[in-house]
Amino acid sequence: MVPVPGRLKRSQTSQLKGYLFISVLVNSNSELIRLINNAIKNDLASRNPTFMGLALHCIANVGSREMAEAFAGEIPKILVAGDTMDSVKQSAALCLLRLYRTSPDLVPMGDWTSRVVHLLNDQHLGVVTAATSLISTLAQKNPEEFKTSVSLAASRLSRIVTSASTDLQDYTYYFVPAPWLSVKLLRLLQCYPPPDPAVRGRLTECLETVLNKAQEPPKSKKVQHSNAKNAVLFEAISLIIHHDSEPNLLVRACNQLGQFLQHRETNLRYLALESMCTLASSEFSHEAVKTHIETVINALKTERDVSVRQRAVDLLYAMCDRSNAQQIVAEMLSYLETADYSIREEIVLKVAILAEKYAVDYTWYVDTILNLIRIAGDYVSEEVWYRVIQIVINRDDVQGYAAKTVFEALQAPACHENLVKVGGYILGEFGNLIAGDPRSSPLIQFNLLHSKFHLCSVATRALLLSTYIKFINLFPETKATIQGVLRAGSQLRNADVELQQRAVEYLRLSTVASTDILATVLEEMPPFPERESSILAKLKKKKGPNTVTDLEEAKRERSADVNGGPEPAPASAVSTPSPSADLLGLGAAPPAPAGPPPSSGGLLVDVFSDSPSAVAPLAPGSEDNFARFVCKNNGVLFENQLLQIGLKSEFRQNLGRMFIFYGNKTSTQFLSFTPTLICSDDLQPNLSLQTKPVDPTVDGGAQVQQVVNIECVSDFTEAPVLNIQFRYGGTFQNVSVKLPITLNKFFQPTEMASQDFFQRWKQLSSPQQEVQNIFKAKHPMDTEITKAKIIGFGSALLEDVDPNPANFVGAGIIHTRTTQIGCLLRLEPNLQAQMYRLTLRTSKEAVSRRLCALLSEQF
Amino acid sequence: MGLNLGKCLKVGEGLEIRFILIQNRAGKTRLAKWYMQFDDDEKQKLIEEVHAVVTVRDAKHTNFVEFRNFKIIYRRYAGLYFCICVDVNDNNLAYLEAIHNFVEVLNEYFHNVCELDLVFNFYKVYTVVDEMFLAGEIRETSQTKVLKQLLMLQSLE
Repeated sequence: MVPVPGRLKRSQTSQLKGYLFISVLVNSNSELIRLINNAIKNDLASRNPTFMGLALHCIANVGSREMAEAFAGEIPKILVAGDTMDSVKQSAALCLLRLYRTSPDLVPMGDWTSRVVHLLNDQHLGVVTAATSLISTLAQKNPEEFKTSVSLAASRLSRIVTSASTDLQDYTYYFVPAPWLSVKLLRLLQCYPPPDPAVRGRLTECLETVLNKAQEPPKSKKVQHSNAKNAVLFEAISLIIHHDSEPNLLVRACNQLGQFLQHRETNLRYLALESMCTLASSEFSHEAVKTHIETVINALKTERDVSVRQRAVDLLYAMCDRSNAQQIVAEMLSYLETADYSIREEIVLKVAILAEKYAVDYTWYVDTILNLIRIAGDYVSEEVWYRVIQIVINRDDVQGYAAKTVFEALQAPACHENLVKVGGYILGEFGNLIAGDPRSSPLIQFNLLHSKFHLCSVATRALLLSTYIKFINLFPETKATIQGVLRAGSQLRNADVELQQRAVEYLRLSTVASTDILATVLEEMPPFPERESSILAKLKKKKGPNTVTDLEEAKRERSADVNGGPEPAPASAVSTPSPSADLLGLGAAPPAPAGPPPSSGGLLVDVFSDSPSAVAPLAPGSEDNFARFVCKNNGVLFENQLLQIGLKSEFRQNLGRMFIFYGNKTSTQFLSFTPTLICSDDLQPNLSLQTKPVDPTVDGGAQVQQVVNIECVSDFTEAPVLNIQFRYGGTFQNVSVKLPITLNKFFQPTEMASQDFFQRWKQLSSPQQEVQNIFKAKHPMDTEITKAKIIGFGSALLEDVDPNPANFVGAGIIHTRTTQIGCLLRLEPNLQAQMYRLTLRTSKEAVSRRLCALLSEQF
Repeated sequence: MGLNLGKCLKVGEGLEIRFILIQNRAGKTRLAKWYMQFDDDEKQKLIEEVHAVVTVRDAKHTNFVEFRNFKIIYRRYAGLYFCICVDVNDNNLAYLEAIHNFVEVLNEYFHNVCELDLVFNFYKVYTVVDEMFLAGEIRETSQTKVLKQLLMLQSLE
């Protein structure tokens, strides 16, 4: 077995090996931990630094809740006690850090915190290193408690940075004094805002010293020396950026990074690009950063490591403003032509954002987006091309240009489908602006679009059909031709419901509607209201939090728009049409505008009717999952690639409460997230469900909770259905599962003696009251499991009632608002035949039947 | 009261080092030290992924790789890759040199260390790791102090 530390006659080796075994092979859920904790306790109390050290390391490596409970109170005392050896203090500090991370509630702040701060002055630099790590983490959640550490850290840093290389003997690494400790102190300082003037002065001097040293000739040619020195330098620059308050330091930092941009070593070029990105968003250094634009563009073209090129793209994006937007967008487009596929979508989003943000002349914007589609059409997401359409619609001055440009672009023999979508939409709205030119006459426009028709996906073809009906309105001379197309069998009898519907309805519309009505129905799309750009949201999601985009937002908030000029009207992306919401959320929209850009899954029928969006059929596996929840109340009800639904419920008499947890398993937001509880007509009067609506936006990786209050009014047979609809990316999701609220949830156990049981059993002897079922066992016939299921079902399990000990007997009461129904059950297993006979007797036939059916499925 | 949302890696609160791996070119693991809870199959998957990511890189690449929502700082010494997986906000060069510091200690302790030393004395290697790193943080950086402690522990056997 395990050589457990703490055995009387242990040797040091076996103790070491015992601890090693524990830290490597035993995970924090093992039961051995209880045994081990005792041994650790003894070692901690032993006052022998070796034993104490090993014990602390063990706790730090395993860090289980039980260990935290046992030792979290002890360790701070060890840490701050005057007589604790240095090496033990080091381990104690990090051990405490581990326990705090896993069980913060067990490590409350106390007297020990101020003494930990004073460890920053300890003469043993290893102790200071460990203490700094500990304080940095604790200070995040308890900044007030540790704010005195700021000045101590600053002065300590100062002393290290200015020390001669002979001072810190053991901690000098390749002529650099205590590099790791310096980095840790700088990180601790980044937990706080810039300090008071007294401390700030000293800190600024210290940072200047670091910057100065970077300019001095190196003391060693070894890469270890420069790496260690630069590690401190980069962290110092991080602190300077974090404070964002000393223009002089920021500009110096920028210049230093500028030098690194052309360094021999790839590591340094990479880090310089990365660091400069954050500098770019500071108003003090933004201009200084811009001076390096040529170097960065060159990096984009010549760097051989793709991650370095990516940093260059990020930096170009960060340094972009009105003065260099055209240049930067052009460079990014040209890079896009040969970029790695994995990064294309991000570059597309960035170009789209920059083009919109810095467009003075919107013709440039339109050109840029069309270029994007041409170069990387596959990676141009819906948000991007919706946006260009919204902008064109909102800006009269660019509509003609847009129509002309897409028309020309569509001439290309092979154009990307997204171009067909954009072109189709724009020509549908504004084709009339170029119809005067014989080269782009209506019929030519139509033929051009229709030549692409058969190559496109269903969604695009649907859009084109809408364009065609718009053409009929705009260009009556095309009516016959287009009607011919709509009338074709391939449209009217198209296998896709959407296309068929559109063809049929548009054909009809064009036939019966007078010119006036047609013109009203197909009126030009009105301008979109101002909303936040969804492209920016999509980019943020891709890059995660604390990205340059966030810093940009913060910067924009802080200072007025330096670039001036009108902001373009941002508008929202099209959301899935829901029954009562306005189409496209237009608020007071003019009468039924036709043909919105098709969002996949949006049915045309929604435009004209108020019926709720169709509920999906029950998800596969719904029945099995449902059965699993009859005898238990907690668990995962449903799971697919995107969504996990968990349940936790509790019931008392005729009332219940169910918590439904919806987990977003992806990294993309769910929008318009709508769970609905559906009770059939039969179920409705018998089961009352009350719930509040859920936040319609579910962030990636997040979980939302819905509480359902349940009341059993009367006995019921059917189960409610939970239908969830939401938008994920561009797709529309519709999931239905049966919600396991069953009659037995309101079943309360009743203990009774053998006599009573048989008395009642005889009372319920009329044929309607008894329901019996004989069935094959689905699961192994294990006695203990069967008992547990019966108890989980809600019944009391009565021992010593049935003369045959192998039989199971149960009793209970079903509670409803109106009545209480006594129930008796008897389950007789036949092991040889692997079958059961289940008998239910209650005063109500429906109840007997339902309970019997439910329970039979469990075995 | 939430439920496990599946296999996504959780971001530790301020946790720096997630794990330390030493692998040879063929992918055999010579040391694996974990500072975060992972199931065994998750660990296996991570090991394979790290190996795949790191072995395709050469001199023109940096010593830093984006990995899931973390990053890996690594360096190759002869046939062995020393990898430290850290948070994206951590200091790359500091960890690059922490690796080198660690390797120099191993070199001193095993007298010109080679892969076989790590294989046959794996339990000693864990002791070295624990002297220099603990609870996902750097614990001790003085080679002198570390070696002194190691020799002391050795003498007790």
